[in-house]
Amino acid sequence: MSVAMPPLDAGVLARRDEIVAALRAIVPGEGVIATSREMRPYESDGLTAYRQLPLVVVLPSTTEQVSRVLRYCHQAGVKVVPRGAGTSLSGGALPVGDGVLLGMGKFNRIRAIDYENRLAVVEPGVTNLAITRAVEKSGFYYAPDPSSQIACTIGGNIAENAGGVHCLKYGLTTNNVLGCEMVLPDGDVIRLGGGHLDAGGYDLLGVVTGSEGLLGVVTEVTVRILPKPETARALLIGFDTAEAAGDCVAKIIGAGIIPGGMEMMDRMTTAAVEDFVHAGYPLDVEAILIVELDGPSAEVDHLIERVSEIARGCGARNLRASTSEAERLLFWAGRKAAFSAVGRISPDYYCMDGTIPRAKLATVLHRTRELSEHYGLRCGNVFHAGDGNLHPLILYDANDPDQLARAEAFGADILRLCVEVGGVLTGEHGVGVEKRDLMPSMFSELDLEQQRRLKRAFDGKELLNPGKVFPLLSSCAEQGRMHVSGGQTAFPDIPRF
Amino acid sequence: MRSRFDDPPSKSDSDDRSGKGSVHMTHTLAPKNAGEVEEAVRWAHGEKKTLAVIGTGSKRALGRPSQVDATLDLSGLCGVTLYEPNELVLSARSGTPIAEIARLVADNGQQLAFEPADLSALLGGAPGTGTLGGVLAVNLSGSRRIVSGAARDHFLGFSAVSGRGETFKSGGRVVKNVTGYDLSKLMAGSFGTLAVTTDVTIKVLPRPETEATILVLGLDPASAVAAIAAALGSPFEVSGAAHLPGPVAARTDGVLPAGHSVTALRLEGVAPSVAHRKAMLLRLLDSRGSLGELDAAASATLWRTVRDVTPFAAPPGGADAARPVWRISTVPSRGPEIADIVAARTDADFLFDWAGGLVWASLAPADDAGAAIVRAATASCTGHATLIRAPAAVRAAVSVFEPQPAPLAALTKRVKESFDPARILEPGRMWAGV
Ligand SMILES: Cc1cc2nc3c(=O)[nH]c(=O)nc-3n(C[C@H](O)[C@H](O)[C@H](O)COP(=O)(O)OP(=O)(O)OC[C@H]3O[C@@H](n4cnc5c(N)ncnc54)[C@H](O)[C@@H]3O)c2cc1C
Repeated sequence: MSVAMPPLDAGVLARRDEIVAALRAIVPGEGVIATSREMRPYESDGLTAYRQLPLVVVLPSTTEQVSRVLRYCHQAGVKVVPRGAGTSLSGGALPVGDGVLLGMGKFNRIRAIDYENRLAVVEPGVTNLAITRAVEKSGFYYAPDPSSQIACTIGGNIAENAGGVHCLKYGLTTNNVLGCEMVLPDGDVIRLGGGHLDAGGYDLLGVVTGSEGLLGVVTEVTVRILPKPETARALLIGFDTAEAAGDCVAKIIGAGIIPGGMEMMDRMTTAAVEDFVHAGYPLDVEAILIVELDGPSAEVDHLIERVSEIARGCGARNLRASTSEAERLLFWAGRKAAFSAVGRISPDYYCMDGTIPRAKLATVLHRTRELSEHYGLRCGNVFHAGDGNLHPLILYDANDPDQLARAEAFGADILRLCVEVGGVLTGEHGVGVEKRDLMPSMFSELDLEQQRRLKRAFDGKELLNPGKVFPLLSSCAEQGRMHVSGGQTAFPDIPRF
Repeated sequence: MRSRFDDPPSKSDSDDRSGKGSVHMTHTLAPKNAGEVEEAVRWAHGEKKTLAVIGTGSKRALGRPSQVDATLDLSGLCGVTLYEPNELVLSARSGTPIAEIARLVADNGQQLAFEPADLSALLGGAPGTGTLGGVLAVNLSGSRRIVSGAARDHFLGFSAVSGRGETFKSGGRVVKNVTGYDLSKLMAGSFGTLAVTTDVTIKVLPRPETEATILVLGLDPASAVAAIAAALGSPFEVSGAAHLPGPVAARTDGVLPAGHSVTALRLEGVAPSVAHRKAMLLRLLDSRGSLGELDAAASATLWRTVRDVTPFAAPPGGADAARPVWRISTVPSRGPEIADIVAARTDADFLFDWAGGLVWASLAPADDAGAAIVRAATASCTGHATLIRAPAAVRAAVSVFEPQPAPLAALTKRVKESFDPARILEPGRMWAGV
């Protein structure tokens, strides 16, 4: 499958040798990769349906090199696509054929850990999990925990404002980043924020977070680290209807309780998962809810009781509270394996990522069932119930072109439905190339034009990560998708949320 | 359409809102809805008229004073348009009084977790005024900043009119959203210089069941910040961490014991949790100084005092009115060092919040409000300083906000121009030329 991208610049393609030579003068040795064979690993990200070799791959290892590369590309009119670990599910790191792919993997050092001020200064290529690993022996952790955390980088997390199951209570990337050093597309180096809590001036750090690599290249990041909660326990609750489960979620929050995590799965997904991990999930219910409470033990025990009471009041069919760490992890094991498990019961699946106001859950599930019948395709539902982030998984067989087309139409309908009920197109995977052309369903032309103007304030020549986030102005571009074929994803070992 | 505002209805023709001489107002535009805001800004854009943007004007004395042609008064854009407690979300028109919102959410057992300060004690004016739009525009946040974030962290989406007179929106009403740039962050703390918000959506959170505060008496600022770091590094969830040196603690209307410096740590949550954490923290801090406690009511009073910086209140005409007040943001462990450097060069009082990372400084009057001294200190310790209280003439002469390095200043200017190319919205309020 291909996706429409901005037209290739013939002049740049013609000057390829000259450009490669200039880049070699900035980044010596293995830092510049120019053969197709060696560039192959960079041709796509987690959205493997799209592949494109870049003009050249550059792997800088210092801020100064990044600055010189960007300054050169700015002067020479060459596009640049930044890349972290390449786990983006929206095609954010998809190369362009007439541009440099700037891999940030060599920025992989932790520069400083400051327990007294509860922060860590890291290079952008450090993986999310590596931060927690570096501080956990002292009782700290980095809170945002995307399920790709063993692979994805903090630079990529900033670009996508990544979330995890604990972000209901502890916030997304944007709430946990204090500062960064960034190179602007013209090569200028700026610092935003630092170790202090208020950055001062316009909150450009807040804008850069979630900007999908369109505004600058991040070369250093300061994150907050938090002391690990004293303890955590989880509840596994089964309900006869998704409505009852949704009602329970609302009542928990209405009672003033913000759990560390709150996740829902529907019957089909639960069955697929139970087959796979044998976590002891109830199979006779329409929805299961996993509620995790963390904090001081006195608080956790108290809240486990209160949440249990609320759940019973909402007609819970069955309810188990973890009594050991092993049991708590078992409850989660199934949830974490949900994507892979669904991958086992269908040749292919297509993962969506809309967010809805939680109260609309029943409506959205109902309409999704109708759409499922209409398109003749099954659909499982995995839901970050606490914050309304829905991951419908559409099952289909890519070998059947008609099924593929139906899956795509089904997916787009779900996202439009999310917007219609007051939600948004993407909660955590980003717009990238995937949802680019759906943006007008959520934003007016004026809304988008204001965002483009802001983009140009950072990147006047629009050379950084082109073709992403904004609909191509004059295209009837095909919409991109996250398709997973035969369970063969780019990152088969990563548990999926 | 434009003609409506050719001779706009004047709400007040004087400049008396600017008792501090901050704005010379010619007339006031008082739109009643978002459409009229758009019309007003279009008119200003077309006529090249500059605008001050106010809610109730309670924060008019913040920032650089500027000469504007007209005032856009948003207090007519009033009312909560959506409040769903179970969804933790509230939308309101920008000019809705913050007090009304605080009351509404409190009636539902909720709160604005970022604890917006009431700066009337510092800046003058009636207490309890201010609007939601204003609170967001200056990104106010209180002591809970260290765990719950600033106003910017609770600002989910908005609709606004840019300096071009174009209505646009960003964000939404859900917490998890990466659809397009997060312009809410940019609007928070932009002091009305980018766009005029007409409708805003924020996240609200449950109000803790109870609270208590632990006091450590008699520490110097450096030992206080070290004690706080030990507490914040523990799993006992401290939601406020301040240090008040003796003379400042004495100005808390008897909430705190007299004659000592006071280091205060707040605990919030369900009763069994607060009791447990209090016991654990008292043990943890036992060796650091003599300990005390405040019950829920006294604790709430203390943290209001800290949030609103009332120890630096200056009744008009009183001896303190001429003392400039600075707000310094730094790495927590460097707060005491900054204070030492400043105190070595001028008569100064300090109040430390945010675990030491927020230093309020009240200085002896000086022509530059002490800018040279304060900025030298922040430069050597990292961080930045904002001049919060000073006569308008002084705020016009010194940089109220931290001066920026050239590339960042240039970017800031381009960002401003991307929203307001003709520079009609609050020109110069943050920096000259922006
Ligand atoms: C199995 C799986 C599970 C996932 N689970 C989650 C989840 O639970 N939550 C979640 O939020 N996401 C999840 N994701 C999506 C993905 O992991 C995140 O979006 C992640 O933040 C991407 O990081 P990365 O380092 O791989 O970035 P890449 O994919 O390399 O790049 C992503 C974007 O960041 C930009 N970028 C990268 N580095 C920089 C830099 N230094 N400066 C500027 N821009 C940069 C790129 O241009 C691109 O636009 C999952 C992905 C997979 C494959």
